Amino acid sequence: MDRLLARNEQSGRATPVTTTLPERTQPSDHVEPREISRTSTGSDAVFAGGARAIGASVLVITGSVGIFLGYQGYPTLKRYGLSFFTETQWLPDDDVIGIAAVLVGTFVVGITAMVMAFPLALGTALYISEYAPARLKPTLISLVDLMAAVPSVIYGLWGALLIMPHAADLAIWVDRYFGWIPIFDVVGGNPEAPVPTLARYGFSSFCAAIAVAMMVLPMACAVMRQVFSQTPPGEKEAALALGATTWGMIRSVVLPFGRGGIIGGTMLATGRALGETIAVVLILSPEFLLKFRPFEQGGNTISALIASRFNEASSSQLSALLAAGFVLFLITLGINTLAAIIVNRSRSGAETD
Amino acid sequence: MTLTTGPDQPGSPTPGVVTPPGVTHLPSYDEDAPPPRPRSSLGRLSPDELFVRVGSWGAALGLAWVVTQRLLPMSGLPWFLIFWFVLGLVMTAVTTAMTGTRVDVTDRVVAAIITASAAFVGLALASTVIYVAVKGYKPVINLNFITSDMAGVGPRDAFTAGGVKHAIVGSIIQISIAIAITLPLGVGTAIFMTEVGGKFARVVRTVVEAMTALPSIVAGLFVYTVWILALGQPRSGLAAALAISVMMLPIIARASDVVLRVVPGGLREASLALGASRWRTVWHVVLPTARPGLATALILGVARGIGETSPVLLTSGAAGFLVVNPVGGAMNSLPLFIYTNVRSGDPVAIQRAYGAAFVLLALVLVFFIVARLLARPRSNAPSRFRRTKKDS
Repeated sequence: MDRLLARNEQSGRATPVTTTLPERTQPSDHVEPREISRTSTGSDAVFAGGARAIGASVLVITGSVGIFLGYQGYPTLKRYGLSFFTETQWLPDDDVIGIAAVLVGTFVVGITAMVMAFPLALGTALYISEYAPARLKPTLISLVDLMAAVPSVIYGLWGALLIMPHAADLAIWVDRYFGWIPIFDVVGGNPEAPVPTLARYGFSSFCAAIAVAMMVLPMACAVMRQVFSQTPPGEKEAALALGATTWGMIRSVVLPFGRGGIIGGTMLATGRALGETIAVVLILSPEFLLKFRPFEQGGNTISALIASRFNEASSSQLSALLAAGFVLFLITLGINTLAAIIVNRSRSGAETD
Repeated sequence: MTLTTGPDQPGSPTPGVVTPPGVTHLPSYDEDAPPPRPRSSLGRLSPDELFVRVGSWGAALGLAWVVTQRLLPMSGLPWFLIFWFVLGLVMTAVTTAMTGTRVDVTDRVVAAIITASAAFVGLALASTVIYVAVKGYKPVINLNFITSDMAGVGPRDAFTAGGVKHAIVGSIIQISIAIAITLPLGVGTAIFMTEVGGKFARVVRTVVEAMTALPSIVAGLFVYTVWILALGQPRSGLAAALAISVMMLPIIARASDVVLRVVPGGLREASLALGASRWRTVWHVVLPTARPGLATALILGVARGIGETSPVLLTSGAAGFLVVNPVGGAMNSLPLFIYTNVRSGDPVAIQRAYGAAFVLLALVLVFFIVARLLARPRSNAPSRFRRTKKDS
């Protein structure tokens, strides 16, 4: 202590410093203040104007799609009224048009796909964000991106020709042992037959849903992983420091934090699953009946209906197809908006920590 | 500055002995003390833990084989894999329960389930790629598959005649037009929404976000109705490109918007404070900072656009020969070629579809790798990481 003080005194006795103040110059007579304006000038004005013009044009392009669909579909909705939503058959020649069957089919395929995709997406997202070795992580993330980039027609091929026989086997097994549950029953199929007819079990909503699930899984997974990766590391470390196992940490910190992302990502993926076309067209054999059972052969969705009927459509039929497309768009729009609200809310909650 | 440690017992405070404040004792060094024990590794599994994990899965493998192949009439790979998974979980639970508590058991079982689900997804992806490659390599190994078109070639002709050159060229032309339309508009809109702002920008953002929900088939139907039926244009590559653009534009605009919003405000303010105009700030600061993210957004949009079949199905028409002029009538593309050939039901045509799928997959993969290379940030990774974290 003493030594320290001594050193201080020594440095205090160092050569005295003289400070000279700079001489003040007289201010010049007249200084023009720079003109400040709130509106941008010069190149900035061009930039702002140009950007606004681009934004406006995109607004017109994208907005016109929605307005056009509604405008074109309106005559159909007006003409058929509520029966447009309750009629199952699509017989334009007999003036009988309704989307009840395709609407149900759309939801059966979409929900079955999400039942398969949701646990896998959640598991994959948790694995990438919590379990995977740090060195592998970027690779895994780009693999998920790659999976999202694989064209849907390829998943359709894969589902129709590689997976369908196995899926039919599974459907036979489910029908045999769980056929007493109404939703798993396959009407017309005979699982006890020595060689069950595959045609009764293949080409079903379930088979189509497998391909659709592959398509929407990476999307849900990406959203979930992003939200999980934003979990405050301090809270995770706190849980671990208190003695939690990895799963304890995930259950008490990561999952509650990422709940909004889980729900939002699932809903975004559902929106996409409802609108998927080509995989469904390739796999599902079209039928206009109310089919609530996913393992049953046949069914139809709105997008598959459009893809198969647009070609021979007259102008009134086209209006009906546009109305069906409009209904599909409204459904996905509603789901997406809800999902966006949920995801955003969960992020804003993150700031309170 | 007081040390309450007793002088004779280094490391452990002795209760009861209270040293008066202001007095410091140096801890004495005990020559006879045993050397400190190294801490067990926190990052790695200890040998017996490793044995429990690996061993239970190995045991489950054998048990699954016995059960499915010998005891129960459930031969076949799927049943074997299912049994392996279930038995592996049971074995893990049992072996963990021998030494650990219920918490440990839950932890390990859940870890196994999560890892298995990730592995399952990876397997599904791998099976898709390998399946297409195995089924599709036969037509592709004939070089004419890439260098010639289907003009004058029947659907049942051997693979030595005909190819998908027209579809490849068509795909590339269509996607190029679509990029030329969507890139300036999409990124421009994103710049407008983030850099200019205002009430109008909020309206644009709401509409653009809403339109990302547009199903691709409806985008195709829109262009089909407006461009082909109402305006009386023929089915052509341009119509297909327009349909793809309508589908891609909201996707790219929204993805770019997200990327631009992540650029730290401090960079913008620094640039403006140094006297740069807003335009220069955007061009020299915001866009270069966001470059990797923008590249990813664009390429993912492009990958979706090039592989999407439904808008093309409605608008382009399937020609069997090479068409280079985008307004010169029907123009084929790879997804459409695959779709029409599969629908035809002919075995040779389906083989050709596989070949085309192989080419398409390779094309997407090339796009993807290019995107990854472009998206690599120039500086090293941490700065990018920090930037993404600020987003929330």
